[in-house]
Amino acid sequence: MISVAEWKERVESEKCYDLVSEMLERIERSRLNAYITVIENEALRKAEEYDKGELKGKLAGIPVAIKDNITTKGIRTTCASRILHDYVPPFDAHVVERLKAEGAIIIGKTNMDEFAMGTTTETSFFGVVRNPYDEDRVAGGSSGGSGAVVAGEEAVMSLGSDTGGSIRCPASFCGVYGLKPTYGLVSRYGLIPYANSLEQIGPMASSVEDLALLLEVIAGKDARDSTNAGRSFEFKGQTEKKFKIGVVKEMGGNDEVMGRFSEVLEMLNGLTDGEVVEVSMPSFRYALAAYYVIAMSEASSNLARYDGVRYGLASELDSWSRYFSKVRAEGFGEEVKRRIMLGSYALSAGYYGKYYLKALKVRTLVRRDFQKAFSQVDVLISPTMPSLPFRIGELADPLTMYKADVNTVAINLAGIPALSMPAGFVKGLPVGLQIMGDYFSENTILNFALMLEKRFSETGLIED
Amino acid sequence: MITRDDVLHIANLAKIQLSDEEVEKFKDEFQSILDYFDILDEVEEEIEPTFTVIQLRNVFREDAPGECLSREEAMMNAKHVENGYFKGPKVVE
Repeated sequence: MISVAEWKERVESEKCYDLVSEMLERIERSRLNAYITVIENEALRKAEEYDKGELKGKLAGIPVAIKDNITTKGIRTTCASRILHDYVPPFDAHVVERLKAEGAIIIGKTNMDEFAMGTTTETSFFGVVRNPYDEDRVAGGSSGGSGAVVAGEEAVMSLGSDTGGSIRCPASFCGVYGLKPTYGLVSRYGLIPYANSLEQIGPMASSVEDLALLLEVIAGKDARDSTNAGRSFEFKGQTEKKFKIGVVKEMGGNDEVMGRFSEVLEMLNGLTDGEVVEVSMPSFRYALAAYYVIAMSEASSNLARYDGVRYGLASELDSWSRYFSKVRAEGFGEEVKRRIMLGSYALSAGYYGKYYLKALKVRTLVRRDFQKAFSQVDVLISPTMPSLPFRIGELADPLTMYKADVNTVAINLAGIPALSMPAGFVKGLPVGLQIMGDYFSENTILNFALMLEKRFSETGLIED
Repeated sequence: MITRDDVLHIANLAKIQLSDEEVEKFKDEFQSILDYFDILDEVEEEIEPTFTVIQLRNVFREDAPGECLSREEAMMNAKHVENGYFKGPKVVE
């Protein structure tokens, strides 16, 4: 992994153009399949600008990769779907405007699960992203490409999106850092929607410091997203702080993951600047079902826009019902069809009260549980994923795949911030630690992660 | 029980044409996923639903004209275009 500090040091003595060329060659040779589109010429042009001293800003000369569901003007944005395989947006997402304004070099668009619907990137029309630690395993999803490019040094940082764990899962599986911000902190303008009430764009990087830097750039007010909270973010270090830590009883994992998690807990218990208590979240019994009902319902409505008329895959014009049904049958992959149909069913006459409304009630319970917990503790922790990275093809049955999101979805239901950070290796594969905080407490979870990052490197706990 | 007809009805609502094999596959999968969703039946009716997680009320902005896409930009991704308009499928047969 390359940190921003390391990259900046290198561009002091070497040309940014040469470093970017070297990175592009690495991408060319790579077997990870992490990119859908590489923006070679424009990236080199920007690097040249940097070398001439013409590129300014907080991210000047830093190669950043962007998940392919985030709109980039003039650059193909596919959502890893056949239905958008040749879609070229005429505008930039808010976060892309912010990156450009701060001098970032946008190096490419990363592979993902189709429309962000998945936990492994196996639903991508462009094929699965391979795990940088074991090519027979998945990089996680849905932002698998964004995780793999950071781990594989194919970018310095990246943007992902997180609807039910889609930043934190690949961060965990690829051994990198990833943060899902509080709902409303980062504008969703230009994020192609899957489930708008749950999703946020967030940073992925090789350190806590870089995560904080990228969040500073993308957070902020934007009137074009009606759910934007109108707040900015500034990272403030709190080195002297003592943390009260809650361990969520209902969030666990298999023996391999729990073995590593226990070692982390043991270390935390030994700290003089922390106190660890167990916290129970009874509503989590319903969180996974509620999450999928809401996500699928919103998906069925959001993806109604793909009709083969204004953009995307088209076919020979026919009667409207036949035309739409044909274009959508050809353009959507299996998982997307499954979620649109189940969402249509959950919202259809007679079932709204049984599924969708009940799921919204669970949302109230989950919020209450978190609020109660955060009246007692500063941060909550759990394993990010309940298992090590899956083998490609291991999760054949959809419901089994959905259950892999068990530790991450409750955060999106509540809208609180959470990050995943590397917490060492089991059998040579990375394990992620999830850190959750109260609304808009990004500073608290980042400072806690910073403290842990330091302890892990001092104790050698995260070495492979 | 989810039947073949249920799957065809849902596919029609969602406007997605399915092959016979897809209907069979989705029928069984929908059954097991919906069975899992039945856990929501335990949740009490009296609880207030949460529609939005951050408490925003009536966010207003100035009603000022801004820039918008040109006709060419707006239509650049369309495959069926006639006289500068999107051309859609027939509504009446």
